[in-house]
Amino acid sequence: MLAKRIIPCLDVTNGRVVKGVNFVELKDAGDPVEIARRYNEAGADELTFLDITASSDNRDLILHIIEAVASEVFIPLTVGGGVRAVGDVQRLLNAGADKVSINTSAVSNPQLVKDASDRYGSQCIVVAIDAKRVGDHWEVFTHGGRTPTGLDAIEWAKKMESLGAGELLLTSMDRDGTKSGFDLELTRAISDAVDIPIIASGGVGTLQHLVDGVREGRADAVLAASIFHFGEYGIDEAKRFMKQHGIEVRL
Amino acid sequence: MSVDIAVIDYGMGNLRSVSKAIEHVAPAASVVVTSDPAVIAEAGRVVFPGQGAAPDCMREIDARGLRQVIIDAARSKPFLGICMGMQVLFEHSEEGDTACLGILPGTVQRFPREAMHDAAGNTLKVPHMGWNNVHQAMPHPLWAGIEEGERFYFVHSYFVQPATPEVIAGFSHYPFPFTCAVASGNIFAVQFHPEKSQNTGLTLLGNFVTWNPGASETACDMSGAACA
Repeated sequence: MLAKRIIPCLDVTNGRVVKGVNFVELKDAGDPVEIARRYNEAGADELTFLDITASSDNRDLILHIIEAVASEVFIPLTVGGGVRAVGDVQRLLNAGADKVSINTSAVSNPQLVKDASDRYGSQCIVVAIDAKRVGDHWEVFTHGGRTPTGLDAIEWAKKMESLGAGELLLTSMDRDGTKSGFDLELTRAISDAVDIPIIASGGVGTLQHLVDGVREGRADAVLAASIFHFGEYGIDEAKRFMKQHGIEVRL
Repeated sequence: MSVDIAVIDYGMGNLRSVSKAIEHVAPAASVVVTSDPAVIAEAGRVVFPGQGAAPDCMREIDARGLRQVIIDAARSKPFLGICMGMQVLFEHSEEGDTACLGILPGTVQRFPREAMHDAAGNTLKVPHMGWNNVHQAMPHPLWAGIEEGERFYFVHSYFVQPATPEVIAGFSHYPFPFTCAVASGNIFAVQFHPEKSQNTGLTLLGNFVTWNPGASETACDMSGAACA
């Protein structure tokens, strides 16, 4: 049976993982390659790197990181952040990324999603949707949740699917960083609206939240950062907890 | 200089993962990613990966003049098809109503929307993406060291339906059983991605780089001289 996936997310800037990662005996808490290696050994189903580098001067650093990780970690690697053109997608794939996540540029230029998926296949195009509850619906925001777009998140998800997105990374901006759990209503609404897999993100504080994201939110995968980085829970521990609650996982 | 292992590049997606994983399991081998028919013809082993859509794959194969060298390689040397590189070995794909290479009898079909529900009635997503159990339908050197039911990483919307069931080497469930590995003589082909399936995938690739189909009984029909 197909397993629900657990995906740790690493924020990278200027070639370093920010927020650090708290593994036992980790020599360098900011080294993305060592962290990727550790998560791989711990049983992560995929890894996501989010490049939050502000300066274009240092953008290429992520390429070197992906090259290094892809040489020794043989699980799917997704990279997002600052992807503006088909050429950016190509560079990341050539460096060893398996999927590229497009966020702000999907809004400013939806054709990019179509061009990139036509060229490289839907399987490697993830569209990241940052949604925030506004009145009785959810609105898409860009630029890290700062810029409202006026787009309805459910309609936007359907449009991204029709343009060739192979997967959606859905982040609740209301829940992100709160540790109060996923926005389950949002996750379920989007998951039910499209045929492609949904990765739920934003708000995980406990292992029960991961279970809820799959059970109630109908997510196909769950992404989390801080609960894994700071050693509160291990990947293996999270998977065993999910399995105890009847969720199929890869152990 | 001839190469040990040629990874066929026909412009369909990212081949770096495949070549890196093979280099990892065969550090002493020369591994090249190539679209040069002469290099493929000379190589000791051939890996035929691929992502994307079937019509594009077939168009790109022909645009590069690779059709015959792929067919020849599939008949003569250890040959590993991965994902789209498995599907186009068959005769026809429903994706874009595409005539494929016809090396193996059978067709390629999409997961039918009406069948995509689990036992609880929940809709199953297409593409089939993630880690699923692979059941071994026959003993084979490429399964060596891999437990029955191990998980591999999949991402695909179409699956093969071989016309000759004896080539089925492995199957998975989504939600019905579908063929995810085939074996015929020196050909082994898989729907999942061994290059993305962590240690289990590396084991399979390691088995491929040392596989000697001439030594196994199944290859005798196709290369009788080597079996004598």
